[in-house]
Amino acid sequence: MHVVIVGNGITGVTAARFVRKHSDHRITIISGESDFHYARTALMYIYMGDMRYEDTKPYADDFWTRNRINLVRGYASRVDADSREVHLASGEVVRYDRLLLATGSRPNRFGWQGEHALGVQGLYGLEDLAEMENATRDIDSAVVVGGGLVGVEMAEMLSSGGIPVTFLVREEHYMDYLLSTQESELVEAAIRAHGVRLELEAELDLVETDSAGRASGVLLKDGRRMPAQFIGLAVGVRPNTDLASTSGLDTGRGILIDSAFMTSAEGVFAAGDCAEFRSPVAGRKAVEQLWYTGRSHGRQVAAGLLGAPADYAPPLFFNSAKFFDLEYQTYGVVEPVPADGQADRVFSDGARLIRIVYREGDGAVVGVNALGVRLRQNVWSHWIRTGESLDAVLRDFDRSLFDPEFSTRLEVAV
Amino acid sequence: MSDRLDPTLALASGPPEESRRVPTVLAGLALLFMAVFLFGVFPFNHPSVLVAAIGLLASAAVLADRPSGDAMSGSRLGKSLVFGGLALGLLALLGLWRIVPDWILLTVSTGAVCAGTIILARARYGSGPAGIRNHGVYNTPMLRRGGAAWIAAVVLTGFYVLLYWFPQSLEGLIRTMDPVSYTIRGAAADQWFMYGTLYSLAVLVMGIRALYRYRHDRYQRWRTVSVILAQGVLAYLIPQILVAFNEPEFYFSYFWPLKPEYLWPGDFGNGWIWDHPGRLGRFMVIWGAVMAFVAVPILTYFFGKRWYCSWVCGCGCLAETAGDPYRHLADSSVRSWQIERWMIHGVLVLVTIGTVVLWVNSAMEGGLLGSFSGGFARVYGFVFGSVWAGVIGVGFYPLMGARVWCRFGCPQAAILGLIQRFFSRFRITTNGGQCISCGNCTTYCEMGIDVRWYAQRGQNIVRASCVGCGMCASVCPRGVLKLENSKQEGRFNGPVLITSDEVDVMAEDWAASVSWK
Ligand SMILES: Cc1cc2nc3c(=O)[nH]c(=O)nc-3n(C[C@H](O)[C@H](O)[C@H](O)COP(=O)(O)OP(=O)(O)OC[C@H]3O[C@@H](n4cnc5c(N)ncnc54)[C@H](O)[C@@H]3O)c2cc1C
Ligand code: SF4
Ligand code: SF4
Repeated sequence: MHVVIVGNGITGVTAARFVRKHSDHRITIISGESDFHYARTALMYIYMGDMRYEDTKPYADDFWTRNRINLVRGYASRVDADSREVHLASGEVVRYDRLLLATGSRPNRFGWQGEHALGVQGLYGLEDLAEMENATRDIDSAVVVGGGLVGVEMAEMLSSGGIPVTFLVREEHYMDYLLSTQESELVEAAIRAHGVRLELEAELDLVETDSAGRASGVLLKDGRRMPAQFIGLAVGVRPNTDLASTSGLDTGRGILIDSAFMTSAEGVFAAGDCAEFRSPVAGRKAVEQLWYTGRSHGRQVAAGLLGAPADYAPPLFFNSAKFFDLEYQTYGVVEPVPADGQADRVFSDGARLIRIVYREGDGAVVGVNALGVRLRQNVWSHWIRTGESLDAVLRDFDRSLFDPEFSTRLEVAV
Repeated sequence: MSDRLDPTLALASGPPEESRRVPTVLAGLALLFMAVFLFGVFPFNHPSVLVAAIGLLASAAVLADRPSGDAMSGSRLGKSLVFGGLALGLLALLGLWRIVPDWILLTVSTGAVCAGTIILARARYGSGPAGIRNHGVYNTPMLRRGGAAWIAAVVLTGFYVLLYWFPQSLEGLIRTMDPVSYTIRGAAADQWFMYGTLYSLAVLVMGIRALYRYRHDRYQRWRTVSVILAQGVLAYLIPQILVAFNEPEFYFSYFWPLKPEYLWPGDFGNGWIWDHPGRLGRFMVIWGAVMAFVAVPILTYFFGKRWYCSWVCGCGCLAETAGDPYRHLADSSVRSWQIERWMIHGVLVLVTIGTVVLWVNSAMEGGLLGSFSGGFARVYGFVFGSVWAGVIGVGFYPLMGARVWCRFGCPQAAILGLIQRFFSRFRITTNGGQCISCGNCTTYCEMGIDVRWYAQRGQNIVRASCVGCGMCASVCPRGVLKLENSKQEGRFNGPVLITSDEVDVMAEDWAASVSWK
């Protein structure tokens, strides 16, 4: 039995680890970007000089040989599902019995004029990072476009190197599709405190270039111009379906899969950033491009690779981020404004904030956002899953705190 | 298999900046001065040459501290003071010492370097938003084992060699400490007084730097205050004041087996200190025994080894302050963990056997070892006290991080570690599945613990070597880690990604519950 995995991101390697844990199958991971798995989430720290590339590898290099996971560096150009073969760009052919496509995402571009000029780029992988290091050497100013999680990371990267940054966000408030206005404002203050010029409701119209084809500035839809020799595009990512579509698999936004990660071709699975559920679990998205989701997919798609496909049972939704110095955690379902039949309670001291969303009738908590406060995941998952009442949660609140010792606690009044 | 990225990628090389070369040049000058001092003929073997060498090195380290964007207000003043202090040392070289007494010169130039360091730290870390600032560490030669770091290591090791084996060469420097020494302890300075003074000063100044640098984190703040006081009071002022009162020079913060002689026959166990008039000597010996055998296990049960290693111990005090910029240099490979376990427990066995043998020998009135009993103490002191703890332990800060001695040589750490591993409440709790495997924790663990290995599988960290500095928890961008010493239950949770109600779905061994073909 030969299990072949395309993509050595968190999805692919988690699947490989679990297949190894429960079988003696031959395992091969084919990946084009790097020899070894590294943490994409740590790209910013390499740029800022906090870590070296090798520090971002979650497993020591001999981990793979010790676990008999065969690593192949190369791009898969085509899958022949009938003869069960993966064709590499190098001409090599790898035969498989079961195949996992974990090809990740690609940064979006929206066809702006000048978006391919020198100094205009997204940030997804190591190549982008090296390009960014080169492009941001000795520049006077930079612009980051896109008010998401990667955008704020790019802004931090650039400003840590002393480059004046303008951060263009289309929305009225930063991430207002996820955060309440009060939460957005806290984040905005954190961003501005680092000298980043945050422009809300600012939309890119086109990139201006100089005679050498280098970016020289941006023009906004409202007619404003800003000079910049580097323009970071952080306007989301889309599933990387290239391999799947050239191989004739069904694709939509992503590689289409059933609830047990099976694609339209027999013996071929897909998971992680690149996959799209035909009918997602209630309350969850069809495409969920997160590290945590990749890890959870990887663990569960292993069942299919081992020959016992099982329906995806996602853990309670959670996510986290850090906006410069401000940490953010979220558990369960938290809308910017509570949905019908829901309400929220907010506790804040001006620098930190907790917002608990609960059902109006029985007071059962359904989700929580935390900014500047660390919460215990197992406690909150338990409360949300069992529908603990807001009162009980507030009484027992200290148990859910995960802040370092000696921290001052945020007051939550019952 | 090497990681062959596209050769056009030169990741993390960072833009070369003029300011980054300055530390290398300064460290190089320090080396030159050291050589001049050692091999120079009069007047170039004057103490101020050595002071200048040490000062140059300190400034190299200070200037390397934050490589990028150093435009904060105050940084110019800080730099000027550091350089001014050095200039004084240099002037001394040219003959100024004939006008101004050495100790004034020394006080002024050391004071300027210290004040400059503090002002710089304040400018760099004390203003603007508070938070973890490790940016640029890997772009800085002094901090990433570049040329400057090697030179610094040579100078530092050189200083220790002189201190331990050629103290007469430091005579001039020691004499400059006389005024301080007479003030505190009413006697002339010796090499150890000089060393203790510089050591405590380094802890104080770099401790203040740490207070600025980690001002957002109350655990780090309290710990740093403790470290400054433990060194300054317990390991410096009190022993020296005891000397002033004709009592034995005793360190209440060290016990057997870190200071094995405190329980060895001879001076302490049954010698002049035990019999010292006024019973204070007897109290000291008993204090040492009670600390070693009663307090150590009890405190370690409740708090882990951190109560000592990163809050009280002098070696830890220096590591946590002067050694703070070098945390990331600790090797975190499995191999170094293996070596570490063999070495540290080996030293513990050696010192334990040695202690037993010395007592048996003493009971037999020298029948067992004869004249070799003094020899054992001397050899042990030479290998572990001098070579390992001093020359390698501190001299290698810029190459292997600040905890070389604590990881590979300290028998006290071995005992505390065994208790911490098997009979303690202390652990680092992992917050469910929040880890993004970024590697900050592993990189900045000064003990070379691969924290990420545990965190990314949702497992608590229960490791003998963890000194509880809390840095992994401070640098983690996702709030995954928390040092805890609440009740023991659940301390060793298995590799489970989310516990309790998420049960099988996320558990590392979830797949076991499914039957495979
Ligand atoms: C800068 C940045 C920061 C992020 N931070 C966070 C965060 O803090 N938290 C969070 O939850 N998520 C974060 N994410 C998202 C997260 O990294 C992704 O969701 C996750 O890495 C997806 O994992 P994956 O294994 O599905 O795909 P990937 O990690 O993209 O891995 C796919 C791999 O397959 C390779 N590949 C693709 N096609 C082929 C082919 N045909 N042949 C061979 N190899 C191929 C790709 O080169 C790539 O290396 C971040 C993303 C970025 C870019
Ligand atoms: S594991 Fe954390 S607390 Fe322990 S020594 Fe390492 S960094 Fe310090
Ligand atoms: S525990 Fe924190 S610092 Fe360590 S790898 Fe995980 S996210 Fe990064």
